[in-house]
Amino acid sequence: MFAKIRSNPFWQQWVRVADSTGTNAILSPRKIYIIPTRWGFLYGLMLLGLLAGAINYSVSLGFFVTFLLTSLGNLGMLHTWRNLVYLEVRLQHAKPVFAGETAQVLAEVSDTKNRVRYAICAHFPNNTQDHQDIPANATQSFQLPIVTHQRGYFVCPRLTLYTEFPLSLFYAWAYVAQPLQILVYPKPVHHALDPRASADVDAQGNAFYSKGDDEFNGHKTYQQGDAVSRVDWKASSRGIGLFTKQYSGKGQSTVWLDWESTSGLEKEARISQLTYWVIEAYQSQQTFGLRLPNGTLKPSNTEAHYHQALTALAVL
Amino acid sequence: MKTVLSTAHLHFLLVTLGLVLAAHSPNLPFWVTLTSIGFGGWRYLLNRYQWPMPSTLILIGINILIAMGLLLTFRHLFGRDASLSLLVVMSSLKLLETKALRDYMLMIFIGFFLVGNLFLFNQTIATFLLSMPLLLLLTALLIYVRLGKTQSISFLLQYAGKLLLQAVPVMLILFVLFPRIPGPLWGLSQDALNGMTGLGDRLSFGNMSKLTQNSAIAFRVRFKGAIPSNQDLYWRGPVLWHQDNREWLMASDAVGLSSEQLEKVGQSVRYTITLEPHNRLWMLLLDMPSSIPANSKLSREYSLQANVPVRSRIRYEAESYRQYKLGAAPLSERNRIVGLQIHDNENPRTIQLAQSVKTLNPKQKIDFILNRFRQAPFTYTLNPPILGNNPIDAFLFETKKGFCEHYAASFVYFMRASGVPARIVTGYQGGEFNPNGGYLIVRQSDAHAWAEVWLENQGWVRVDPTAAVSPQRIERGIGEALSDIDELPLMSRPDYPWLRKIMLNIDAVNNGWNQWVLGYNDEKQFDLLTKLLGANYNLRDVIMWMMGTIMVVMSITSYFLFKKKAVKLSPAQVIYQQYLKKLKASGLQQLPHEGALDFAYRCATAFPELKDEVMQIAAHYNALQYSASATANTLQALQQQVHAFNIQSTRTS
Repeated sequence: MFAKIRSNPFWQQWVRVADSTGTNAILSPRKIYIIPTRWGFLYGLMLLGLLAGAINYSVSLGFFVTFLLTSLGNLGMLHTWRNLVYLEVRLQHAKPVFAGETAQVLAEVSDTKNRVRYAICAHFPNNTQDHQDIPANATQSFQLPIVTHQRGYFVCPRLTLYTEFPLSLFYAWAYVAQPLQILVYPKPVHHALDPRASADVDAQGNAFYSKGDDEFNGHKTYQQGDAVSRVDWKASSRGIGLFTKQYSGKGQSTVWLDWESTSGLEKEARISQLTYWVIEAYQSQQTFGLRLPNGTLKPSNTEAHYHQALTALAVL
Repeated sequence: MKTVLSTAHLHFLLVTLGLVLAAHSPNLPFWVTLTSIGFGGWRYLLNRYQWPMPSTLILIGINILIAMGLLLTFRHLFGRDASLSLLVVMSSLKLLETKALRDYMLMIFIGFFLVGNLFLFNQTIATFLLSMPLLLLLTALLIYVRLGKTQSISFLLQYAGKLLLQAVPVMLILFVLFPRIPGPLWGLSQDALNGMTGLGDRLSFGNMSKLTQNSAIAFRVRFKGAIPSNQDLYWRGPVLWHQDNREWLMASDAVGLSSEQLEKVGQSVRYTITLEPHNRLWMLLLDMPSSIPANSKLSREYSLQANVPVRSRIRYEAESYRQYKLGAAPLSERNRIVGLQIHDNENPRTIQLAQSVKTLNPKQKIDFILNRFRQAPFTYTLNPPILGNNPIDAFLFETKKGFCEHYAASFVYFMRASGVPARIVTGYQGGEFNPNGGYLIVRQSDAHAWAEVWLENQGWVRVDPTAAVSPQRIERGIGEALSDIDELPLMSRPDYPWLRKIMLNIDAVNNGWNQWVLGYNDEKQFDLLTKLLGANYNLRDVIMWMMGTIMVVMSITSYFLFKKKAVKLSPAQVIYQQYLKKLKASGLQQLPHEGALDFAYRCATAFPELKDEVMQIAAHYNALQYSASATANTLQALQQQVHAFNIQSTRTS
């Protein structure tokens, strides 16, 4: 709760945010904020010192330097603002992660005004990031790590873009809100339960811990959806096509991962346990089905199935 | 924002600060410069060999040593010179713990501050020109620390130069309109006034000739109308009444009394004087002033004094009469006593000589002593011999070699001894006309002393005894009057005319600089604003004008800054644009996401009869844009096709 307030203070609801129209957001002039940095204040203090000296000693050239540097600082403000305005920002979908892991969001920032943008920084709250230059009329990608905590759809916080170029006296920034959601799978936790504890395990000899008694049963041509781990790379390297290894035996038999078999645990713990089993089953190339209170996934062992199962668990 | 500061950043910082230090080195004690270079070098080596930074204990020890050194050199840590040294040496010490961005920023700001302070010491054009590259380098460095990546020096300098140039218009507005407050805000310590020379408030043998060896400019004069001849150019300074053995002093109570009466004769001379600061009150005027500038008062013997010591260059206008009668009314008892004051027990031979002419009338007494100067082997020299206990006697009867103060003092002494009231006037005589600027330069080497004697019905009459012994001094300047010219400063010597010509040119530039740049102060601003805004403007008007003009200038700057830079089109693109224009007339426009070929398909659907043409144009255009095999022939073909392309004719046919 507190963390939420800190990362999103109450006044944030009134700030102007560059909203995306479709996929990209443009940092229009009204969306840019600018304030002096602490260097800006120190610079101002130095100017006051110079001014006092010029007045005290009646030094005309002292006034000259003071005013030149005043004007320079003032101009720095324009340049800092100009460095940020009319950038175009596009957030790219991030791959799903397990809760607690760091998702990588890709922000593509483009110049639209045919000028190089120097030292532009993009970051999410509490997240520092090195700055990058954006060539004229070109796009630069920013890898933005973002730590996830909860399963489900994680709505990306506002992205902040800022710059202090060229003189570091002013800090210009803009917020970008984009409807980008990151799918966060539940965190896998093993509670030392056995999926076989469930009553309705059909098929025979279905322990997915059992290993070694699977028998290699020849190749078949690769078809989309076959697990990558089953591709026989050695056979495929002959250059006559991709081959998938085919197995037969008890290991291939279907395992049902059932919500009911985790009874006794709390809801989140049950989800975590099921997630753990899904990963186990997928990694040991076992065909598995998933039974949840809100629906059932038919047994399969493809990658798509694996993600489908995790998604179902994530949004449960 | 994380910024990685590299070795290149450190080197840039060290070089820039080193140059700032070099520019300041004339203003610093030698050991301070040396120590600061040492700290810079140390920092360089720390980075070069990756030595650890010195510990806090070592830094504290060095701090104490430096503070002691500064106290020994300056005896205090306040004032301009001592605080500059303190700042320089402490900031160079700070280099030894400079690693993060904040340290760099601090060092850069100190650098800016030091460049600004260069002008506390001198404001010559050379210093001004020197400060420009320093400001450029510091600005480039400020940009550099914001760019973690290594950028080329030329990029940084270009960017910094661009910024500084764009900053000039607003700087000019601030310079002219920012309300100027007359300084000083706090008491100036004495060291700020170092190096100011000028007339003293007393005359002793030798001090005038010492001043004469200084070629510094005392003031410049611009006449309205013709410049009077050299022998009329007596610039009146302090008037000395009181004799005390070898010294002549001003009468201490001269100011309160009513002025001597001035009777003006003939035409007046009007002129403007720009006086160099000399930290005293005198403001020089041509004999005899009839109008006085503001912020000054005239003493009763018509020497002008400022209300506060002249510590910055001032400019004033005045009017004088070359022919006049001063104090022709009978002399008051007090003035007669002061005007005749001498010590009786000194210079017996002079007093005896004066007694012997007691019966002559005052005019004859003047002629008597001047004739003596002319006939006896009196010489005019910058290196007079040292005089003994009775200096007037020694000069008149033994050495007979002297400078203007010797002649003026002994003349006045003799006149007083013989019963004629007399006084010494100090000031400057003559000046050098600068044809390049149309003004007269009066240097310290033109310093002079002459006499005034009081005659019945004529008042105070100027007598210049130096003219008797060396008429050239008065007619043609000091350079012509002396035989031992090697003692004179270069600018007062008659040889090397071409060098003098160059120097006069430089001085003309300097004078313009002084008048228009350095001389722009609160008074000039007042004059200018009165002209611009009318006589009764107030501070609010000025600030409104300042803000208004700055806003206008910034708007113009912004317009040029934010205007989108035109994308440079390739020749193929230029031709293709013409083609698009032709199509646009028929309502077909290429969409942003559409490639040339896709668009061509769409056109071909709309105008099947033009299918071949549009497809060819698209193919050629794509080849020119994206394929390496395109040649000049392809471009030519595209040009011809686009030229021949005519959507209208096809339709009508």
